[in-house]
Amino acid sequence: MIDVQDREIIEALQSGLPLVPAPYAAVAKTLGMDEDALLNRLAELKSRGVIRRIAAAPNHYKLGMTANGMTVWDVDDSQIAELGTQIGALPFVTHCYERPRVLPDWPYNLFAMVHGSDRDEVEEKCAEITAILGDACRAKDILYSTRILKKTGLRLKTKG
Amino acid sequence: MTVDVTDRAILNRMQDDLPLTAHPFASVAQELGINEDELLSRLARMKEQRIITRFGPFFDAAAMGGAFCLCAMAVPSDEFETVLTKVNAHAEVAHNYERTHRLNMWFVLATETPEGIEAAADAIERETGIEVLRFPKLQEFFIGFRVAA
Repeated sequence: MIDVQDREIIEALQSGLPLVPAPYAAVAKTLGMDEDALLNRLAELKSRGVIRRIAAAPNHYKLGMTANGMTVWDVDDSQIAELGTQIGALPFVTHCYERPRVLPDWPYNLFAMVHGSDRDEVEEKCAEITAILGDACRAKDILYSTRILKKTGLRLKTKG
Repeated sequence: MTVDVTDRAILNRMQDDLPLTAHPFASVAQELGINEDELLSRLARMKEQRIITRFGPFFDAAAMGGAFCLCAMAVPSDEFETVLTKVNAHAEVAHNYERTHRLNMWFVLATETPEGIEAAADAIERETGIEVLRFPKLQEFFIGFRVAA
């Protein structure tokens, strides 16, 4: 859970950290806080997992990673924990989750995001996943992203 | 728009955690063998050019008592832009991608309470008349943040 001050800090930072030599001092000033107090709060939010990391989100498309495949798999439930761990450990898989099936439309329960410079590269990587899953996989699909429609990250409502 | 070797080194480093110190860019610049001014100006340029979509803390809504949920909709092509405007108008929609499938709009809802997910998804269904399929994560196997630039 987060308190009022955490919330103010999160609101101040959700659009990003200023690109200046002393970014935390700049943010602390807007919040009427002391820089050290802000750094301590941020360290605490990190230790609690509220902040996962402070980092850049790159635009894969602009980096030439133009093929982004959400690969989806229908994997035997009794083997998903073990196989999901193996798929998640592959160097080219950036996110890997078990999610519920929505039958009959959606039989897939394992989602693995695969990026590549083109669709052929994504498909080559997919073949590696297919080999690992073997008979435990009954069906699969690849959903390529064709457009980023929004990318803002978490936004708290400004009030209430 | 070009991304040179130094930009790539910066992108690779900046996808990892920035130190929580008074002058974090100075220490990263030192690691990379460039000066702080150059690091900051390159970061500002890459943000301006949208090579970096965002720079700052990544929050975990679940750790704040909230929730994330991947959602999908099958939007008819002639309604796509209208539906998109309605969906994106919700502050809870953190990101949204068009994908090659009958389910062609995939977005993540991030809300401050678990109930917020259902409320936002239901509101989108009401406003658009299109079913919002919900795929909350049951298990996370790994998050490898990095893409080699």
